[in-house]
Amino acid sequence: MDILNALAVLLNFLVIPALAYGSQLALGALGVTLIYGVLRFSNFAHGELMAFGTMTTILVMWLLQSAGISGGFLPTALIAMPVGILVAVLLALGTDRLVYKFYRKQKSPPVIFLIGSLAVMFFYNGLIRFVIGPDDQNVADGARFIFTAGDFKKWSGLAEGIAFRTTQGISIVVAILCVAALFWFLNKTKTGKSMRAYSDNENLALLSGVNPEKVVVIAWVLAASLATIAGTMYGMDKTFKPFIYLQLLLPIFASAIVGGLGSPIGAVVGGFIIAFSEIAVTFAYKKVIGYLTPGDWVPDGLIQLLSTDYKFAVSFAILVVVLLVRPTGIFKGQTI
Amino acid sequence: MKKILAALAATTLMTSAAISASHSPIKIGVILGFTGPIESLTPTMAASAELAMKEATDSGKFLDGAEVMSVRADSTCIDSAAASAAAERLITAEGVTAIMGADCSGVTGAILQNVARANGIVMISPSATSPALSDAEDDGLFFRTSPSDARQGDVLADVLIEKGVKSAALTYTNNDYGKGLSDSIQAAFEAKGGTITISAAHEDGKGDYSAEVGALAQAGGDVLIVAGYLDQGGKGVIQGALDAGAFETFVLPDGMVGDSLPAAIGAPLNGSYGTIAGSESEGADLFQKLATDAGVKTDTYAAESYDAAALILLAMQAAKSANSADFKDKVMDVANAPGEKILPGEIGKALEILAAGGEVDYVGATAVEFIGNGESGGSFRQILVDGEKITTEKYR
Repeated sequence: MDILNALAVLLNFLVIPALAYGSQLALGALGVTLIYGVLRFSNFAHGELMAFGTMTTILVMWLLQSAGISGGFLPTALIAMPVGILVAVLLALGTDRLVYKFYRKQKSPPVIFLIGSLAVMFFYNGLIRFVIGPDDQNVADGARFIFTAGDFKKWSGLAEGIAFRTTQGISIVVAILCVAALFWFLNKTKTGKSMRAYSDNENLALLSGVNPEKVVVIAWVLAASLATIAGTMYGMDKTFKPFIYLQLLLPIFASAIVGGLGSPIGAVVGGFIIAFSEIAVTFAYKKVIGYLTPGDWVPDGLIQLLSTDYKFAVSFAILVVVLLVRPTGIFKGQTI
Repeated sequence: MKKILAALAATTLMTSAAISASHSPIKIGVILGFTGPIESLTPTMAASAELAMKEATDSGKFLDGAEVMSVRADSTCIDSAAASAAAERLITAEGVTAIMGADCSGVTGAILQNVARANGIVMISPSATSPALSDAEDDGLFFRTSPSDARQGDVLADVLIEKGVKSAALTYTNNDYGKGLSDSIQAAFEAKGGTITISAAHEDGKGDYSAEVGALAQAGGDVLIVAGYLDQGGKGVIQGALDAGAFETFVLPDGMVGDSLPAAIGAPLNGSYGTIAGSESEGADLFQKLATDAGVKTDTYAAESYDAAALILLAMQAAKSANSADFKDKVMDVANAPGEKILPGEIGKALEILAAGGEVDYVGATAVEFIGNGESGGSFRQILVDGEKITTEKYR
């Protein structure tokens, strides 16, 4: 029984939150890594693209809600998401036409693109605050929990409960579906293969008749779709606030770089590494140890490796170590 | 001849000063975090301050009929460099003669040290509550209409003991305000016999607080004290703790008290309680009415903002000058007894009394009474979240 209680504590406070957060980071990092693989620059506007897609989703969600349409058990935002994706894709393609295409023609170095994306970030930022404002918006409706801590306690008879939120479940399931679909697309379809070829060796791909503009368009379509999905998942699970998406850029880039920039598998693994390390290293193991050892062994302290103040130091420490030991990331980066 | 010239020059100077006083508007800077962690509170704070300025202008009695103009600037609440630059711009480019602000303690301290003292400009903050600001070097330029957190920690500890809380987990937003407040709560609560099981910081603007909730839940406690911001990490931590079933009752210091919190969290927040600067005075109701009539929504620190702006105006009137160096010594005089008591909406009357050489005791919307280094002594409103609304339990 004690072992089960210890497991319940770990699942409730560590594993489930980290899985959900990791899924959201992975979806965000996939978008960053795709753009890096194809266009070869770090797209700093990705966080704002997520916010923009989520914002559109919220606007459509309000429309649906006022028309009396709801997702029942599931959040209404899920029904609204396709429209959000569509608008975000249009915005990304429009930005590419207006901004990045010019620099591609000039054959500008990646750092110019990076600075350009910074400008785009500020533009999106203003656009979002102009349309929906800086305030919190509630994205989640429908059933809040798949099961609550109280339900679990009653069902299992354990002293410790496990809560599983609907949005956590959706995040994990959607992440699995998206990753599977993306990998199928990249490995099995002709377009996906041409994208990988283009990312591997641009000149060789051009010689074999790959149309570069088409590859770029598809990369933006994928990145904007993933951004909207990641943003909506995050917004449903936590909260939608434009400011938060700006801050989310750091862990997303950390995930992409740890996994290997340009590597889709790396982005997924990186997302989970960052999420788990942030929570596991700063976790207080007092209760867990208490359940696993005889009564009087429990120490007075919290048995916490690092205070939660250092949560962000953890992901950056991992980032530094990876860059020192293996600069290309865990999965050799820079190719799709 | 020399004497005549000098006299002529002096008269010219004086007349030009008089002309400029009556014709060009007097500018007062309103520097608040219009972007950043408390951006949902600041628009009403600024509007409330401007309400006082409008009242003074409309009365036609302010410094012989001068117009008061508000110039807003963004303190960002967290970025000291940006806030200092904004304040510098207000003073050098816009020519403001006093500042209503800033809001968050960290940027307020930075503006005070880098800009206000260097330029000799009076600042009255409506919401900076860090105890560190009490002993900061200020050359007599800094005042605040909200009490220091050292006092709030004491009051909050009393509330906890009264409610029978023996142990509590504590989390604070990682800045001057959060750290100062959490230290004072911990010291006061432990001195009264309570136990703080853990005191952990959280960063604002992150959204994901699983790690913090995990650590807090493992440490345990009867209640969770959240010394953060309601739009930010504070809300995230409460939501996370509720979802994981870690805590049921939350203790909310001033930064967490606002209508948007119960609206966002809903029924599970019922039964949580806290404290916020506030007083049971007719001023509070009068201000409420005044603001509603003017179409300004009142929220946390709106009343303090009104009072801060009003004090600046009255001190200027008392000194008969909009120059900070002249009126900085008058702020304490107009805020405290003796004199005619002044409530919200009576700024015109106060200006008239001061112009006639009389004395006023500004009471305002928050029963302003300055102590020590020019900060509000502070009475607190004990709130209880009931029926998804913030209700007043009592005043202490």
